[in-house]
Amino acid sequence: MSDWWTYRPEDFLLFSPRVYWRMFEVHNAALRPLQLVTLATGLTVILLALRRPIGSGLWIALSLAALWAFVGWSFLWNRYAAINWAIAYVAPAFGLQALLLAVLGVRGLVFDRRGIAGRAGMLLATIGLFAYPLLVLPFGRPLASAEVFGIAPDPTAITTVGMLLAGRGRFVALLLPIPLLWLLFSGLTLHTMGDPQAWIPFSATGTAIVLVVLRGLAR
Amino acid sequence: MTVTRRTLMKAAAVSALTFALPDGTTGAVHEPVTRIIPSSGEAIPAVGLGTWITFNVGDDPVLRNECVAVMAAFFEAGGRMIDSSPMYGSSQPVVGYGLDQLGRPKALFSAEKVWTSSAEDGLAQIEQSRRFWGVERFDLVQVHNLVAWEAHLETLFAMKAEGKIRYVGITTSEGRRHDVFERIMRAYPLDFVQLTYNIIDREAEDRLLPLAAERGIAVIVNRPFRQGELTRNLEGEPLPGWAADISAATWAQFILKFILSHPAVTVAIPATTRVDHMRENMAAAVAPLPDAAMRERMAALVRDL
Repeated sequence: MSDWWTYRPEDFLLFSPRVYWRMFEVHNAALRPLQLVTLATGLTVILLALRRPIGSGLWIALSLAALWAFVGWSFLWNRYAAINWAIAYVAPAFGLQALLLAVLGVRGLVFDRRGIAGRAGMLLATIGLFAYPLLVLPFGRPLASAEVFGIAPDPTAITTVGMLLAGRGRFVALLLPIPLLWLLFSGLTLHTMGDPQAWIPFSATGTAIVLVVLRGLAR
Repeated sequence: MTVTRRTLMKAAAVSALTFALPDGTTGAVHEPVTRIIPSSGEAIPAVGLGTWITFNVGDDPVLRNECVAVMAAFFEAGGRMIDSSPMYGSSQPVVGYGLDQLGRPKALFSAEKVWTSSAEDGLAQIEQSRRFWGVERFDLVQVHNLVAWEAHLETLFAMKAEGKIRYVGITTSEGRRHDVFERIMRAYPLDFVQLTYNIIDREAEDRLLPLAAERGIAVIVNRPFRQGELTRNLEGEPLPGWAADISAATWAQFILKFILSHPAVTVAIPATTRVDHMRENMAAAVAPLPDAAMRERMAALVRDL
């Protein structure tokens, strides 16, 4: 097409805000009470990173890998792609992230950084796990449409990025692009929908990039 | 094209009055305007149903049934043309679901599109769309936004010759590629063109609408409300007293009557998720429609607001 420049972001928005938020409500209802399992997994991941028992890095990486694969398959592929055909091209990236987490986890990831970036990363992970589902309250949506870690992509990406900021390993940087690109994509979608929640994935991405730079400078 | 009283009278002469429709505000029964498809002489109600965004509701059962209610109100009010595209996410299966729920209304005029850059994939895509709708064949298939238009037009004209579709068309939106659009309209025996035209976006009046009238091509108007932006912006503004002269009780009717009063326009396809809006839209397709002087007065008013 020779006239791509004439298109605006809203020309690619195929669905209404109501349909978008109803999608989380329907997805949550279909999976309930799995949210308790994914939240418990998230809490375990954070506790393992704080207590650092031997071999915890592998289990953290494998847990995150399993959740990325699940969110990519259940939410993106089976739910979101129905209203946004572009998501069919994005879902495989979640599979790739799962594969990278699993492979690099086996090769040796440790989540023991305690500098500014590491501590801020743990805080970001905690926010993704506990605060993100509660966003429905200030934004005036029903609790049933809450975005939950391990079920919905945004909190899964934020918590993962937070954990990776506390992570150490030869190829840990390879694990950051997909979650950060997803958060940018999600922020852009919300912004195009005119939803003020857009600033949250944008802020998470910006914070993570600043912390990665800080971590690099501290070396 | 200058819209004169004579052209409006001519347009009125080719309009047939076929359905009884209750007025959304007074309850009085009026007859909605139908227009003639020039290439066949078939009459069709001048207001159709678009599905862009509004019918893309995925698997959500609540929202799917809301779409069914809109479709039910549409057919009940005498509507026929439903327009969709493979680009519109889940809109096609939702239309198919609605048709199933409504017992496959015989009045349906199915308007679809082919939208793939691969010429080879065109046939398979049309077949997939047909299965989503659950129809034996589409009435109209259009090349969406001129994507791979040469190859797809060849396919569509071959399908028409074999009786697999009834009409062939092309589409554009928001004023894109009007030069190529015009060239295709001159070179091919199209039955339909679909383009954006409303009280603000009037570029089509210069060349495309007159050419459609000259070439005997039916015109489908998309984005009549600029995806709701027009009606949202006018919300809260009082409708002028003289709107009663054309029986426009709401801004949506005011805007639709402006579009339908252009003699080259065949069908406008507003999209909505609400039954009351659907009824309001259908009630706009009744006489009286504005004359040339009134049209300019209407456009000036909206421009100044």
